Amino acid sequence: MRIALFVTCLADTLFPAAATATVRLLERLGHEVVFPEDQTCCGQMHVNIGYPDEALRLVRRHVRVFAPYDVVVAPSGSCVGSVRHQHATVARRAGDERLASRAEEVAARTYELSELLVDVLGVTDVGAYYPHRVTYHPTCHSLRVLRVGDRPLRLLREVRGLDLVELPQAEQCCGFGGTFALKNADTSMAMLADKMRNVLATRADVCTAGDASCLMHIGGGLSRLRTGVRTVHLAEILASTEAGARGVGRDVAGVAR
Amino acid sequence: MPATAPPGVGHLRGDEPFPAAARRALGDAQLRRNLRHATTTIRGKSGAVIDEVPDWPELRAAARAIKTDTMARLPELLVQLEAAVTEAGGTVHWAADAVEANRIVTELVRVAGADRVMKVKSMATQEIGLNEALEAAGIEPVETDLAELIVQLGRDRPSHILVPAIHRNRAEIREIFLRAMPGVDPGLTDEPAALAAAARRHLRETFLSTRVAVSGANFAVAETGTLAVVESEGNGRMCLTLPETLITVMGIEKVLPTWRDLEVFLQLLPRASTGERMNPYTSMWTGVTPGDGPQAFHLVLLDNGRSAVLADEVGRQALHCIRCSACLNVCPVYERTGGHAYGSVYPGPIGAVLSPQLTGVADNASLPYASSLCGACYDACPVMIDIPSILVHLRAEAPHPRAEAAAMAAAAYTMDHPALYAAAQRAARLSRLAGPRGRGLPPPLSGWTAGRDLPEPPPQTFRQWWAER
Ligand code: SF4
Repeated sequence: MRIALFVTCLADTLFPAAATATVRLLERLGHEVVFPEDQTCCGQMHVNIGYPDEALRLVRRHVRVFAPYDVVVAPSGSCVGSVRHQHATVARRAGDERLASRAEEVAARTYELSELLVDVLGVTDVGAYYPHRVTYHPTCHSLRVLRVGDRPLRLLREVRGLDLVELPQAEQCCGFGGTFALKNADTSMAMLADKMRNVLATRADVCTAGDASCLMHIGGGLSRLRTGVRTVHLAEILASTEAGARGVGRDVAGVAR
Repeated sequence: MPATAPPGVGHLRGDEPFPAAARRALGDAQLRRNLRHATTTIRGKSGAVIDEVPDWPELRAAARAIKTDTMARLPELLVQLEAAVTEAGGTVHWAADAVEANRIVTELVRVAGADRVMKVKSMATQEIGLNEALEAAGIEPVETDLAELIVQLGRDRPSHILVPAIHRNRAEIREIFLRAMPGVDPGLTDEPAALAAAARRHLRETFLSTRVAVSGANFAVAETGTLAVVESEGNGRMCLTLPETLITVMGIEKVLPTWRDLEVFLQLLPRASTGERMNPYTSMWTGVTPGDGPQAFHLVLLDNGRSAVLADEVGRQALHCIRCSACLNVCPVYERTGGHAYGSVYPGPIGAVLSPQLTGVADNASLPYASSLCGACYDACPVMIDIPSILVHLRAEAPHPRAEAAAMAAAAYTMDHPALYAAAQRAARLSRLAGPRGRGLPPPLSGWTAGRDLPEPPPQTFRQWWAER
């Protein structure tokens, strides 16, 4: 299948490993990945902070760039959530009904990684090998906006060598919330502290999720505490192989092929 | 555009923005323990009894449909309600705002010749600051709901819709009673039963000696003119039946078209709210009945900004709220900050959307941002109010800091030009401004680095990697 990658601005700039892993994983499964280079950002940040007028041009760009593709994937629950639930609203708010219906068409063909794998490609065993104790945080937008349900867990359960441990109070928000972490820094930190306590209680060495943003938040907190627990995007775990674990071939982003 | 709730009266506006008020609450370890314990308990109880109902999703959808229909023809239904109440021997008063409502109630109490009123817990009268208005007129209001009484005696403010004293534990309640309750036994323990008994003794005296009661209403039926109050302690039943004069203050959104509509809400409310299958007391009354119950009944229909909410197609849903407090109990922000941080009598997620709409967003500009948009409130709401979408909608109307607006406009422009965007990415990566792990960032970005490390910038962006492979 030919799949267009919507990299998301955060993964592109700060967490390329999540995106390169997505590419390698899909190619390993025998699919063709294309990267439309005119893409930038879905505009979620603008919409969520209260700038729908500014977001409009980004929605327009996103729709134009991805309209030609039958299947679009992003390694981010919240960005796919924005495409699915905000783009048409932003267009309608601006009175652009044509853009709204095109946005809805693009949204219907856009999938978060675990949705694409399980629902569209029909796989749960992606042939991955990852010998670590891992806990999964279901990010709010994957959980409640996209309703990805247990798809990520089904994928993780099939990973060779992986010891999956349940995260206590998994469904509680980690406190990121985009600029919530800046505008309400104290409350955000209080939420993060509880999330970190729960992650540490699992004694996992890796906390994974389908959103780079929440992982940045949780990972930033864990790093400050010098706990040694790492955050790793779900795509990176699914892309890992036994050959990669033996150190054969590392790419620039530092992730085992 | 219809008028919003006037400033200077009532309790819809806080003294300080949410982040500042939240910071103080977060520093109070006892408060956080009390809140966590209470919300976790209610959450568990409520979840268990909701799971028993096989048609919960259908009930929610029905409730939403009824509320949507009600809002679409609110003026007509209110006129119908007025006619039915009048027909049944009651008197209807229309109050445009808090000032007018307080004046109407004060005047009615004066005419009844009373200098004391007993009150059933009522959000509407808290919203308009009725107790303060009555006190200013020399009339003593006595709250009869146990939690409300704790708040009143403690000279405190409620911090939860359903459990106004949620922020207090029993040791604190004992202290408040010993300090402020007339005639209390000095040997009072902090056993819940002992505390309840002390309150009961105090209240019984009030019930039997007070001639005027002020209540709120959970529902009003337009078709029959029937008012309904749903409660657990029986104090409401006392207030609604014992006095000579009953004055009900009700937000105009509480009307329902028909008697049958009640069945949906009476199933949803207790399970979502207290986690009970059925609430212990549901009192309904229609006008007056000669020789039985209050012989004078007044219904005050309160607008106080509701027409302005109704005029907003997206925000209007907030008027569907049945004040069950389920959204508070699941909200991770509420759980950590408590209700006072919201500044309004309506705290938590619903308060974050309702208060700014009632006052005008400019007067409550920090509230739409008092959420991480996690969406737990939407899932919990028995009438399916899409609170996250309203929050985002209100943020678009909130006044923006000038520097932020400029930055956001610049970011949108850059992101709409891929070459500029790629250059900005490279610049951000190379920038030493952030210092190691972002610790040199200026405010407000330093809020991030107070407790979190920024990620190490990767050697390549994804698009560079893609271009080179
Ligand atoms: S918004 Fe919904 S959940 Fe919150 S108090 Fe109102 S009815 Fe209950």
